[in-house]
Amino acid sequence: MLTSFLTDYARYVLKGGKQFYTWMGVLSAFILAMLFVFYLQNTDGLIVTGMTSQISDGLYLANLVFLVGVAAGAVTIVFPAYVYHHEGMHKVAVLGEMLAITAVIMVMVFVFAHMGRPDRLWHMIPPRGIYSFSSMLGWDVMVLNGYLILNFVCGFYYLWCKYTGNPVNQKWFIPLVYVAIAWALSIHTVTAFLMANNPARPMWFHSMMPIRFIATAFAAGPALIILIFLIIRKNTKFWVDDSAIKLLTTIVQFCLGIAIFLTLSEVVIELYARTEHANGLYYLMFGLHGLTALVPWFWSSVVLMIGAFVMFFMPSFRNDFDKLRIPCAMAFAGIWIEKGMGLIVPGYIPSPIGEVTEYHPSFVEWLMVLGIWAFGFFILTILLKGAIGILLGEIKHGGPAAAVK
Amino acid sequence: MANNDTPCAGTAQDRPSDCPVQPASADPAANELKTTRRDFLRAGGMLSLSSLMGTAALMTQSDDANAAVEWGEHFQKNYRLMTTEEKNEARLRLERRYSDEYGKKVAVDTTEAQPGMLMGYALNIRKCIGCRRCVHACVAENNQSRGPRPGEKIEWIQVLRMERGKFEQEKMNHGYPEGLGIQVGGNAYTPAGQVLEGQYHYNPKAVPEADATYMPIACMQCEKPPCVKVCPVRTTYREGDGPVVIDYNWCIGCKMCMNACPYWARRFNLTTPVLPKEEMNPVTHYLGNRPRMRGVVEKCHWCLQRTRHNRYPACVEVCPVGARKFGNLLDPESEVSKILERKNVFRLKAELNTFPKFFYFYD
Repeated sequence: MLTSFLTDYARYVLKGGKQFYTWMGVLSAFILAMLFVFYLQNTDGLIVTGMTSQISDGLYLANLVFLVGVAAGAVTIVFPAYVYHHEGMHKVAVLGEMLAITAVIMVMVFVFAHMGRPDRLWHMIPPRGIYSFSSMLGWDVMVLNGYLILNFVCGFYYLWCKYTGNPVNQKWFIPLVYVAIAWALSIHTVTAFLMANNPARPMWFHSMMPIRFIATAFAAGPALIILIFLIIRKNTKFWVDDSAIKLLTTIVQFCLGIAIFLTLSEVVIELYARTEHANGLYYLMFGLHGLTALVPWFWSSVVLMIGAFVMFFMPSFRNDFDKLRIPCAMAFAGIWIEKGMGLIVPGYIPSPIGEVTEYHPSFVEWLMVLGIWAFGFFILTILLKGAIGILLGEIKHGGPAAAVK
Repeated sequence: MANNDTPCAGTAQDRPSDCPVQPASADPAANELKTTRRDFLRAGGMLSLSSLMGTAALMTQSDDANAAVEWGEHFQKNYRLMTTEEKNEARLRLERRYSDEYGKKVAVDTTEAQPGMLMGYALNIRKCIGCRRCVHACVAENNQSRGPRPGEKIEWIQVLRMERGKFEQEKMNHGYPEGLGIQVGGNAYTPAGQVLEGQYHYNPKAVPEADATYMPIACMQCEKPPCVKVCPVRTTYREGDGPVVIDYNWCIGCKMCMNACPYWARRFNLTTPVLPKEEMNPVTHYLGNRPRMRGVVEKCHWCLQRTRHNRYPACVEVCPVGARKFGNLLDPESEVSKILERKNVFRLKAELNTFPKFFYFYD
């Protein structure tokens, strides 16, 4: 039965038109480029990136942190679906789980990308390796893997039941879904701790980080989900209910509002006293000692986030699903910048001894980032296509012929 | 006086080959025995693991001669969990690889911490003239990377050049905030102690300069090191006699310790370290100055290869003004203990509760 599931799944996913294969082909090209960069990084070393002794992490860690948020953001579908029994959401909950799986896998690839010695990753895994409970990175790896497993089990068990036509065993499925919901919060909280638990970096060292991470995640995650749902509605036979998209829009807007509020609070508190601990934020907003590489990033993020927030208020954007894409894309991009160039990088500038240097991501670094995103979309396309096929009943045990009988 | 490019005389006369203490690994009998065994293992390993070796070679970019050695190195345990025998094997493996690579007999010491010893350091910032000899001596002694590209140049000591702040008559009317009507403070002061980009690479005609003071920093060897706490694989830790060390072979290069260090004491090998054969210091310690590899973090370890054999760290030895003091904090008669007893001392960023064993003092 499992083999028939796998072959039916694969056969359905592989069947596609020219558009599908062009899309996957373009993604594959980027993936190949990523593999080449990965080879470079593990022969020449991370010197091929823009990282330095002062700025020891950059785009990779930034994308990692952002994608943890996207993974956690999937809970904005699962939570209303299973806790409030929102019908429109319930129909698409499994798609959220597929997105979570994809995002966590992308996070793991970014972990590989930012490490100096990915060949030694096994050092973290007992019994031969060592697991350190005092290290936030250890906890992060644990919760991320747990989240991947939870979403994989929940998502594919549900699809399996749809495929075989058996009823879902509520006895363990529902408790597991509740665990996954709580777990979603843990992954982004621990990632926030990973950054915030460093008194050496005043930019990160404040207790607002976890809630800020959650707020931005629950804005960026569902914003991406809305965009994906709109694509699904347009290009497949699967219909995502208006009610689901409307609820997600509300969630994005509220969380975006909270995120903007938290940023404003930080700006006021840091810049009122303007201690040396505010140097990172000041560098980000206005530049320090004539170095201003991050200033355009910060202000573009501000414009994107506030612009999107205002647009969400307008019924013409909120209710017109064609125009809704604009604020969603803006919110997604704005938060990507805010978490990446706006939070991770200025943590390194100035350095703990006060040295101000600039971060210039290299071409291969961008190529790696693009490649990993392409890899993510590659997986996501497969997972979503398969899941939709099962939800539509096009992948069914016994095949379409048997179903007719 | 200070020169950026050429290593100063102080380091040359102090070539590590003069080391009076015979490194523990120089025992020829032990060497011979292990070599035979490893050759056997190597032959077997080459055959059975040939397909995996391709992958390993790709990852580590090793050439064939060193492949088996690197293979053994790749699967060794965390140093602290090794038995004495395993430590010995690891040591011999390294000695063999390094001797091959650098074309001379390289010794890798594994001397353990001695009981009753807790290393401590004190620096007289009044005396420091900013000549940066300590920086160069450190690089020469500890086999740091010294390539031309920015990522290939690693120094563990930074002598920060601090401009003197001053109050000026002309600035008396400057207000704060600048340009706004209501003033809440004066601005006649030009702040001191700013660190600008690369300011520890200054290169004046003569030192000390009239308009500057100097603040040398390096790893503070904290008693409560934040870098150790965040390490996911426990490859960096505080040794029994005080210094915080790294098992370079166990480091996964996640760089979390670099985020955690408040003193910017840690450096990442962005690429394979550039270490010319003739400049390589063959007297090394496993947890200390043995050559590092690409993708791992390194830091000051108070010259374990010297201090475990009752010698001073290279920076202490080379300092022309005697600003640097090193000794046993548990020995009340040591120079460092006397300084802590009699002088006014302070530690950097004491509010972070890292409890450095590196103290600053004035005369």
